[in-house]
Order: sequence, then structure tokens, then C-alpha cells
Amino acid sequence: LVCLCLHPGAGQDVGRSCILVSIAGKNVMLDCGMHMGYNDDRRFPDFSYITQNGRLTDFLDCVIISHFHLDHCGALPYFSEMVGYDGPIYMTHPTKAICPILLEDYRKITVDKKGETNFFTSQMIKDCMKKVVAVHLHQTVQVDEELEIKAYYAGHVLGAAMFQIKVGCESVVYTGDYNMTPDRHLGAAWIDKCRPDLLISESTYATTIRDSKRCRERDFLKKVHETVERGGKVLIPVFALGRAQELCILLETFWERMNLKAPIYFSTGLTEKANHYYKLFITWTNQKIRKTFVQRNMFEFKHIKAFDRAFADNPGPMVVFATPGMLHAGQSLQIFRKWAGNEKNMVIMPGYCVQGTVGHKILSGQRKLEMEGRQILEVKMQVEYMSFSAHADAKGIMQLIRQAEPRNVLLVHGEAKKMEFLKQKIEQEFHVNCYMPANGETTTIFTNPSIPVDISLGLLKRETAIGLLPDAKKPKLMHGTLIMKDNSFRLVSPEQALKELGLAEHQLRFTCRVHIQDPRKEHETVLRVYNHLKGVLKDYSVQHLPDGSITVESILIQATAHSEDQGTKVLLVSWTYQDEELGSYLTSLLKKGLPQSTA
Amino acid sequence: QQQHEDLSAKKLRLTKPSKSAALHVDLCKATSPADALQYLLQFARKPVEVESVEGVVRILLEHYYKENDASVRLKIASLLGLLSKTAGFSPDCIMDDAINTLQNEKSHQVLAQLLDTLLVIGTKLTENPSVRMRLVEVACKHLTDSSHGVRNKCLQLIGCLGPVEKGVAKEAESQAAKDVQKIIGDHFNDQDPRVRTAAIKAMLQLHERGLKLQQAIYSQACKLLADDYEQVRSAAVQLIWVLSQLYPESIVPIPSSNEEIRLVDDAFGKICHMVSDGSWVVRVQAAKLLGSMQQVSSHFLEQTLDKKLMSDLRRKRTAHERAKELYSSGEFSSGRKWGDDAPKEEIDTGAVNLIESGACGAFVHGLEDEMYEVRIAAVEALCMLAQSSPSFAEKCLDFLVDMFNDEIEEVRLQSIHTMRKISNNITLREDQLDTVLAVLEDSSRDIREALHELLCCTNVSTKEGIHLALVELLKNLTKYPTDRESIWKCLKFLGSRHPTLVLPLVPELLSTHPFFDTPEPDMDDPAYIAVLVLIFNAAKSCPTMPALFSDHTFRHYAYLRDSLSHLVPPLRLPGRKLLSSPVSPSITPHEDPSQQFLHQSLERVYNLQHLDPQGIQELLEFTIRDLQRLGELQSELAGMADFTATYLQCQLLLIKALQEKLWNVAAPLYLKQNALASAAAKQILEETYKMEFMYSGVESRQVVIIHHMRLQAKALQLIVTARTTRGVEPLFGMCEKFLQEVDSFQRCFISELPHMQGSFVDKLLDLMPRLVTSKPSEVVKILQTTLRQSTFLHLPLPEQLHRATANIIEPTGESDNPLRFTSGLVVALDVDATLEHVQDPQGTVKVQVLYPDGQAQIIHPKPADFRNPGPGRHRLITQVYLSHTAWTEPCQIEVRLLLAYNSNRSKASAKIPKPSWNESLEALPQSENGIEGTIPFSKPVKVYIMPKPARR
Repeated sequence: LVCLCLHPGAGQDVGRSCILVSIAGKNVMLDCGMHMGYNDDRRFPDFSYITQNGRLTDFLDCVIISHFHLDHCGALPYFSEMVGYDGPIYMTHPTKAICPILLEDYRKITVDKKGETNFFTSQMIKDCMKKVVAVHLHQTVQVDEELEIKAYYAGHVLGAAMFQIKVGCESVVYTGDYNMTPDRHLGAAWIDKCRPDLLISESTYATTIRDSKRCRERDFLKKVHETVERGGKVLIPVFALGRAQELCILLETFWERMNLKAPIYFSTGLTEKANHYYKLFITWTNQKIRKTFVQRNMFEFKHIKAFDRAFADNPGPMVVFATPGMLHAGQSLQIFRKWAGNEKNMVIMPGYCVQGTVGHKILSGQRKLEMEGRQILEVKMQVEYMSFSAHADAKGIMQLIRQAEPRNVLLVHGEAKKMEFLKQKIEQEFHVNCYMPANGETTTIFTNPSIPVDISLGLLKRETAIGLLPDAKKPKLMHGTLIMKDNSFRLVSPEQALKELGLAEHQLRFTCRVHIQDPRKEHETVLRVYNHLKGVLKDYSVQHLPDGSITVESILIQATAHSEDQGTKVLLVSWTYQDEELGSYLTSLLKKGLPQSTA
Repeated sequence: QQQHEDLSAKKLRLTKPSKSAALHVDLCKATSPADALQYLLQFARKPVEVESVEGVVRILLEHYYKENDASVRLKIASLLGLLSKTAGFSPDCIMDDAINTLQNEKSHQVLAQLLDTLLVIGTKLTENPSVRMRLVEVACKHLTDSSHGVRNKCLQLIGCLGPVEKGVAKEAESQAAKDVQKIIGDHFNDQDPRVRTAAIKAMLQLHERGLKLQQAIYSQACKLLADDYEQVRSAAVQLIWVLSQLYPESIVPIPSSNEEIRLVDDAFGKICHMVSDGSWVVRVQAAKLLGSMQQVSSHFLEQTLDKKLMSDLRRKRTAHERAKELYSSGEFSSGRKWGDDAPKEEIDTGAVNLIESGACGAFVHGLEDEMYEVRIAAVEALCMLAQSSPSFAEKCLDFLVDMFNDEIEEVRLQSIHTMRKISNNITLREDQLDTVLAVLEDSSRDIREALHELLCCTNVSTKEGIHLALVELLKNLTKYPTDRESIWKCLKFLGSRHPTLVLPLVPELLSTHPFFDTPEPDMDDPAYIAVLVLIFNAAKSCPTMPALFSDHTFRHYAYLRDSLSHLVPPLRLPGRKLLSSPVSPSITPHEDPSQQFLHQSLERVYNLQHLDPQGIQELLEFTIRDLQRLGELQSELAGMADFTATYLQCQLLLIKALQEKLWNVAAPLYLKQNALASAAAKQILEETYKMEFMYSGVESRQVVIIHHMRLQAKALQLIVTARTTRGVEPLFGMCEKFLQEVDSFQRCFISELPHMQGSFVDKLLDLMPRLVTSKPSEVVKILQTTLRQSTFLHLPLPEQLHRATANIIEPTGESDNPLRFTSGLVVALDVDATLEHVQDPQGTVKVQVLYPDGQAQIIHPKPADFRNPGPGRHRLITQVYLSHTAWTEPCQIEVRLLLAYNSNRSKASAKIPKPSWNESLEALPQSENGIEGTIPFSKPVKVYIMPKPARR
């Protein structure tokens, strides 16, 4: 019964993430991302799509943000302040702390630098953050009486989480972005066997199985080390958050281990603030950092210092982390221009570069760059590419599915062609349905919800006492009355049901006549029947009453002579409807006749 | 008679107002269950004597039946279990009662506790099969209980006591001796995970007790691997492992196909699969067990290292494969370009198996795990598998090398050790060597030394590799000069392993030039020494090499051969007789000349029994000198040479002492000479202790000789004392003690006595009846003559003999800066020492600190302070706390290591009583050679300290 509606953004596209889930009458919005590639209205999801013209607050029960990357939370102030949403927004503590820094930075770039209007303001970011409710890992948050959510660790970036959304016995797990292999500062995503009805998983690397991280790390360190030993300078363009911290930790520990003295710098700005939060949220980091922070917080760098513009001209070896990551503007580009001419130096691109940026050009082997003002910059420095990605690869995705054991899987955040492959694999190996809706497409999934029924303890005990002991995991037959009242189901004993409903009890009796050929007297016949039954029904109490009738448990048997034929005796068998099983058995037994030898 | 018995019974009662009675009174007094519980708790704190256990049990049972409160009954039940554990008490008398209590019990918790008690009783009575049968039956009856706790205990009971031998089960067939395996197996599907776990554990228990599990369980166990609960999965992994070891070769079908594979392969695949389980406990378990599955087929094994990389559905090569390719194409160390790892051929989408691929990439996952426990387990497993399969060793090399960069030091260390263990099977490629060598710069000393150790036994394939290694090691030497010894040793092995690879490098390394004379390098430069060590060791098996040496190289060789004889081997240098080692080349090379020399000189000594005393003394002196020298030159013979030298020294001392011509003169006039003799006796005693306890490899043949020597020394002591003391009284005690010692010697070494013809003790034992009856003065006289007449015992040499040595690396004793601290407070001094050939260092090695005022302090290092970097070697890294009252000026203290021994017992059973873990500050008697029971075995190191007076 889970119905799911996908919104522009997520679906088969890397970019905006924004998914709407309707589960048992509750509407939840998962992530509220923006598209970095557009500068017009298309960058935000089209929220009018959700309700046509109603108010969002009335329609949505809650919004969940998985982590602080802008493609997952960038449209949040727009959504809550400009479109208007006053309901709760859930995110983890680190996300809540770091998210406003990034939004503010993003706002500055678009408004202050590019001079755009009609954009959200600083105040809006603040107001929006006031609506946020922070959650802990594995904490079950009751959104309202029926809807509950729970966060799981997702790796990827600090504070990234997967969310389980549960209404009654139906549940959905949304992974956001996650990473199944640990890195230098974060652990691996983990989920318990929660068996959700639907798992919504990202699938950025649907068709990739990645090599071990260690080789890449080793290569990276070796290159940096060699260059520094030669006396060269290393430039590492990074985006301020996420990978940058990982590389910092990597270099910091390496420097520590190898007793190196060359300085490492980190260009300042929002990083410093963010680093502060990394120091605080130790519980969200990996085993090593968590274990050693008592002696020393790994994010309190000994070797990494703040960068100053003047340092770039210092002689001697150094390593500099500078923003932005694609060398398209800012400090990293400035430093690059200064150092590009010396073949002793090196630039390491730790991530993907968009076409058209300097980063992309040098990676594709261009050695002469045309800068502004018709300047030609000759690149003599070494150019290296080192990919450190924090998404789960195909194996990782499969591993998560194995851990969670969902009944259906829905893939988002990936390219259609690649997802097709993964979909096929998932269906083949786990025998579950797999969906991959396009933007704006709605997927409906039918679930088979189990309906809980309350049973009174007395009845349960009484019913289990009858017959054999309860066998594990096997269904068991029980007698009782089901009362459906006020949206609740209860199983009670018939007497209690009668009492509650104020009804009188009606007795329902079945009677049946059985003809037996027996020339003897009536009481002798009765005696014979009695002996016969006693012999067959050993487990039941068979009694011969003084008035000439026989009772088997509560079943009554009387014998009379046939009015026409004295040789035929008529046995009257009467039972209540509760004893139907025994009664009908008895009748069929008697119909077979009495054994002759008993005489 | 009757009366008497009664009396004795009564008496017993009176003398033992037993615990049971007191308990009874207490329990009767108890008004509420809470009270009773309090009494029971108090009672449980005190131990109960064996005799009164049964009485107490009866009292408890009596109260048990009366008690209505479940918690009190629970406590009683648990007390019953505790009591039946009492040593010396046989619980069969209370078994019936315990079983009876089960019948009317309603509370599940109490039932479970009672079953636990029965388990205790059962484990004490394992010898009795009928008791076991009975208990198992009781357990089977309660298996249908609705509480998990009860079922748990029942299964545990069956597991611990179930019949193991088939025969027994048949015998008791009448008593419905059901197949225990089936009973337990039925509970694999129990609704409670705890019961499921208990069932698997019980099954494992049966296996441990020797029952052969049926193969049919395998499929059941496989289903349990997908259980929701981690304990169940963890236990199931173990069970599967057990089964795979029991039935490795049987064939199991692969579901969803018609194929069949060996069970061990199937199990291997399944356990590999568990390496990516959600719970790290299971992952550790799985990774550990993988290591011991050696029968697995090689193609399965190799799959564990292959993750089948792909990118956008195209096959991709791993970085390892690329590195290999680069290397083989001769393009090593070219910078990587973007797109270098571009994926190659298309993959057939149908053939890619993402998750059910079994063993695929299990180790890749394990080594990348987020928990270091899993990573360590995976490294260990890799090590074990690689040791048994050379081809696998070759393959896993890249992965191990990668682990050298792990973020946790323990993992790095472990992987270096692993690599060392498998290094016989592998040859490092140059790029791999490069990565290995990069770790030499690590600031952790443990890592560096482990790496040196690794390089000692590594095979390198090219001369560039050797050069690279040398360069990196020299770099290491300049960065961390303290690694000197370790690096030299490493180069020694590197050289002797790869003589042909070193040969072409020699001119470059020695910087010789065909025409020009190059300046002579500095002989004391550690780096130069390192190079020479490499070359000389290579030259040992490469006779053409010395031709490349220049003049000064030969001179340096002679010098190093003398000063660092353990690092520089003897070389046969043609045409340079003068400089060659004392061993002349005429001796056939396959006989070890120095060994021969040792034996020759010993024989010389033993043969010359009847020289004049002067001659014997001289010969002994010369031989001792020779042996000591030999020990210095030949490290492998050092133990042997020292040992015999010490023995001869003892003999020499004894002879000298007896040669004194003053024995006939009245004693008091010659006090000085007596002092000499008694000093000799004392020294012999000390030397014998050293001989007995400081050498590893001493056999009983040697021990008897050592003891014999000690006995002689004691006799000498006795004689000397008899001469110097006036009066006979003190002598009585001494004589008696000596005779006792002779007696115990005889008892201990009765089997060795036939070999000791004509020795001191042999003669003494002949005279024993006379000795026992005679007066002390007579005894002394007899001893004196026997001591003189006795022959010199031949000391047989064992195969291997090593002397325990210790070398304090830190503190170096060179510092001129005193360690200042406030008096009354403590200062921590880091002590770092290497120990060689010390058995059980945790128990025997102590640190001694001697203060200038004569105060001595002995510190027992913690067991964790000892590391074991290699066989026979230990490393002590500990902290010693110093403290003293204020001094006016800095002064030196001495730090040394002591080897503790227990002189009462023979070496074989020497078990030093466990030392307290904390340091003990004891004022020790001032003595030159340490204290009784310890041998100083390292050179003392002086540390300059200065306790300042506290400032007010």
C-alpha cells in the first residue's frame, strides 16, 4: 500500500535529490536538493507539483535531509521560507551544524558575486534552521502518533545518515548517499535487518566495482612524499568539505609517521568553521579517530596550518590544500598559476572536473593554457589524478540490500543505463522487485501489510493449553471472537464478546439420527454402543448415564426403537456447534455400524 | 566398644559446631524472603570445608522445599552448584535430590539455575556414564520448556555430558538413548535466538569432546548463516568450519545448478561470504577461521584476492595488475596519467555476479574493513594460507604490502611480521620493494625493526633492488642512528643471500676507480661500515669479489673482522695470507675449523691428567684464554666456548685453592691465604649458578657436572671454615648440611652416577658410611684428601648452547646532562634492552638500580613490556621509576639487568614464583656480584641523575 511519487531532481539523474513518499496515508519528503548546473528556476525542484495549490504544510508530514551536500539540502530555505513550509524538518546533529555554513556560502556566491536577486537571504537560512529537529543515530523519533523515523550511519560525509520511515508495520528506508567502505575519517554504512517494504538506494556507481582504497592512498602519499623530498610544492585543489578532511587526516598521519617537516597549509574560509565541527562530532567518525581522541583529537592538526596568500611565494617544499576543487576560480587557481611553471611542482586533482574548467583541461593533457587577457600559461608541473569517491559501488549496494533484506528496491540518483544493469542483478540475486522511475514518475508498490490484533491473555493461555505445545514459527488455530471497533482489532473469548456487546447467547445444536440394525432390546443396544465407543475413543470421557443415554464429552446419544421396525434402532446424536468436529466424527463412526463380535 | 564409638561420634559433634547448623538457625530465624536472601548471601561469601559440604547441602535442600519465594530458591540452587564445585567433594550423593527438586519447580529461572547446578555436578562426575545418561535424560525432558533459559541450560547440559562414544549409546539403548545430535539439531530452528546459539554451541562442545558430527548437519548449519542474530551466525560459522574439517572431501551440490563441489570449498565460499557480514563480531570470526582452511582448492583460494573490478560495465585492471604490467614493460616509476586506469574490454552483463560469488574478494573486503580487529584477523589468515600455498603467497603479496600503510600501527606491524613469515615463498618485485622500503622512515621503532627483520629474509630479484634497499637503509641510518645494529645485521643477511647481485655493485659502493686512487673512507662511519658488511657477506660465497677491493678495504676487513666479528664472516683472501683470518686455508672447508679447534683444545685439557700441577695450571690458563677469544670471534660458538671456559675456570680455581702449600700449617697464621681459598670457593659457587641458569640448551648431563662442581666448592668451603674457626660446635651443623647435600645429589642424579667413575662424589659415596659416623674434624680430613685425589670430570657438550645475554640500548650512559627531578617525587627512566636466549623472560628478567649510597632497587617489569621480535630474542621496553632524597650534586646511578633463578630446584622444573607486578623496593645486601638468586647479565649502564631539594 506504499505509494511513491518521485519529484524532479532525483530519479535517473545525478543532481537534485527530492523524493516524495506516501506511506499509509503519511507524506514524507526525502531531501530537498538543488541542481548545481542551472542558474535559473530549474535549479530548484518544482514544488508546485506536490500539491497543485494547497498548502505544503498541510500536505507534508515531515521533511528528512540525509546529509549536508547542496544537492541534498540546497533548496531547503527556498522550500521552507519562500514556498512556505512550517512542518518539522529532520536531520542529524552534524548536518544541522554544517548545513547553514554551506548554504550561506552558496548564497554569497550567487547573490554577492553573481549579483542575482530573488534568492533566499541569510535570515531565511536562519529561520529555516529553526524548523529543524536534530536526531541521533538509531534514535526512534515519533513524528506523530503513527509516523516514526530512525537514522542509521551512512559514511559518505560527516553526519550523513540513512533513514527508516515507519508507519504501522509498513516501512521505507532511504539511503541518501552512502559508502560501504570505510575511509580515513569515516566508517562504513551499516543497517540492521529491518526488512523494509521498500529500500530507496542511490546508485551513482551502479556499474562499477572499485579497487581497494589502499592502493590509491599509497599512490597519493608516495607522490606527495617524493615531490616534497625533491623540494617541490604540491597543490591539492579540494572542495571545502568532505574529501578535504579525509586527505588532511591522511597527510597528517603520514607526516607524523614519517617524521616529515615540510609545512602543509589549508586555505582558510569556511573550512575552519567546518573543521571545528569535525572536531566536535567525534562519535560520527571512524574507529581509529574515536579510539585515539582521548589522547589527541585527530582533527587538531599538528602539521596543517592555515594558509596565507604570501606563503605561496615561500621557497622550499610545501603542500597546500586550496579551494575550489576544479581549479576554475579562487585561491586554487591563483596558486596554480604561480606554481605551474616549475616541473618540480605537482598538482593532484582528487576528484572529477567539469568540462571547461582548468582542472579538466590539464587532466586531459593540455600543457598550454590560455588565461584571461590572452596570457598563455605553460604547465610544466606534474599533473596527477587521484579519485577518492565516497559512494557505494555496485558491490556495496548489493551488500546493503543483503543487510537490510527489503521486499522491494527502488534505485535513484544514477544514470538510466547503468541502473538497468543493477536492477537486473538485484532481481536476479535477491528475487525482489526493483524499480527505477524517471523524474516526475510515480511508482506504486503494493504491500501485504500484516494487521496486528490484540488478544486477551486469558484466551491466549487457554487456547495454547489445548492440544500440543506451541511449535515455533508455525501457525496455530485458535477459537475466539474478532471484534472490530474504533479502528482496533481484538480477539476475545466468545463469552466476553457477548458480554461486551450485550447479546444473549444462542445455542446451536445439530442432531442426527443414525439407524442401526439390532434386534436386541434398547438398553442392550445402548450398552453395546457404549462399549464400542469406549473402545474406540480412548482419549475422551465416555459415560453411560442412568437414564439410558450416553455422553461423549458434551455429545448426547440416545437410542429408541424404530416405531415400525423393532429390529432397527434409531440413535439420536446431538451436539453443539462447538463440538462439530467430534460430532461429525461420531456420526460417521456410528453409521459404519457396530462390530458384531462385541456381543 | 559400642560406647566408645558413641563417644567418638559425640565428640565430633561437639568440636564441630558446623556451618550447616549455623546456617540452619539463620534460615529458621529469617522472617521474610528478603531476610533469607541476605543470610544466604552472607553465607556464600565464606568458604565451606569439604567435610561439611554435604550437611550444608541437606539444610539448603530442606529450606528449598519449604521456600515459597522464587528468588530465594534461585539463590539456593546457585549455592548448590557452588558447593558441589568444592574441591575434594564428590557430588554424587546430592544428585538425586537435585534431580528431584526439578520435578515440582514452577519458576523458569529457578529451573534454569537447577539445571546449571546439575551441569556442575555432571562435570565433576564425568567418569560415571550412568550419571551422565541420567542427567542427559533429565535435560531432554525439560527441552520442551517454554522458557529460553531452561532450554538453553538443557542444551548446554547435553552438549557437555551427552554420550560421545557410540558404544555407550548402544548399551543404554533401552533407556531411550536418543541420538543426541538429532536432539540438538532439532533446536537449530528454535524460535529463540539464544536457544539456537546454545544448540550450536552444544554441538561444538560435542565435537570438542570427540564425537564425530554427522555430515547431515551441514545443510542445517548453512541455513543458520542467514540468521537474524549475530551470536547465531557467529556460532554457525564455527560449526561450518568444524564440518569442513571433518568432511573436506565429500561432495555437496550447488543449489540452482547441477554442479557439485567439495564440501571444504563450499564451506570456504560460505565463510568468505560472512567476511562481509553486517556484524563485526561475525566478520572477525569468519576471517580468523579462513586461515585454517588449508585443504581448499587453489582456484577458490585465489578468488579471495580478486574483486573483479569493473567500471561502467567494462573490465578494469586493479592497480596491482597495472603496477605489474608497468614493471614488466620496463616502464617502472613513470608518473600516472589521467585515464591510465581506463577500463578495457566490455563485460558480458550476464556473467557478472555481484554478491553470490562466494569467495570472490573476501580478503580484499576483510583487509579494507573498518574495524581493525577484522583487518588483523584477515592478515593473520592470509599469513596462514600463504604459508601453505606458495602460489597464493605470491598473489597476496601486493595486498600485504598495501597493509603497511594501515592507519593503525598494530595492523602494520602484524602485516610486516606476516610478510616475514611467508618470505621464503616469495621474491619481491622492484616496485613492491619500493613500497616496503618506504616504510623504513616510519617513526615507530617497532615498525622499523620488524622491517629490518623482514629484509633479512627477503629475496630480491635485481641488483637495482639491492641498491635501492641499501640506499634506503642508509637513509634510515642517518635519520635514526640508533638503528645501527639492526641495520648492519639486516645488511649482513642481505649480502649473504644475494652475492651475485651485489657483485656488479661493488665498484660503485666502494667508489673505486680503475685509474685513480680514491680517498680512504672514514673507518668509523656507520654508513661505511654498513656498506662493508653488505659486501663482505656477499664476498663469502663469491670468490671473485675480493679482486675488486682496494688496499684499504683489506685493512678495514681485518679491523672489522676483529671488532664486529658477528657481522663479518671469515673470508679466504687469496695472496694475502698475512691478513687472512687465523684459520689457515689448508683445512678442508667442509669441516668447521673453529669447532674443531674448540674440541681439540678441550681434548688436550682432558687428556693431560698427570702433568705437574704447575703445567696443568698453565695449560688451563691458556685454554681459557683461547676459548674466550674464540667466543668473541665466532658468534655461533660463543655459548659453547664461554660455557667450557667457565667450567675450566672453576677447575682452575679449585686446583689453585688446593695447591696452596699451607694446608698443613695451623690455620690462624695464614688467614690471608685462607681468604684466597674461600674467595675461590665463593667464586666457583657463583660460576656454577651462572652455568646452570644462564645458558639455554643445557642438558641433564651438564647439570650433573655443574652440580658436582658446586659440591666440590662446598666441600672446599667446609674445609676452609674448619681451618679458620676454633671449636667444633659450628662444624657439626655444617658437616651435617654438607652430608645432606651429598645425599640429595645422589638421589637426584642416581642415573648419572655410573658415568662419574673416580670423581669426587664417587669416592665420597664410597666413604659415606664412615663419614656419617665420624667426627667433624675427621670428615674434614677425609674431604680434603678426596678432593685432592679426585679426577677432573669431562664436560660433554650439548648440540646447541646459547648464553643469555642482555644489552641495554637505552639509557646509553653517554649523557652529561643529569636527569633532574624533585626529591621525594619520582622520575621515569625509559629502559630499552635486547635479550637473547632468555627463556621465560617475563618471569626471570629484572631491572636493578644501584644508587651511589649503596641502596639497590629491583624492579620486575610488566609481562607486557616484553616483545618477542624473533625466535630466541626478546625486547624489553619499560619504564623504571627512580626516586631518592635530595643530593647536593648530580651523581651516577647504575642500571643493569638481572636474571633471577631459583637455586633450590633444578633447571628443568625451575618455576620462579610469580613476581608481584609492581616494583618492590628492597634494601639489598651490598655485594659485588648481585644478590642471592639473581645473576647480573648485562653491562651496567650509568645514568646521571640529580634529585633536587623540594622548593618551598
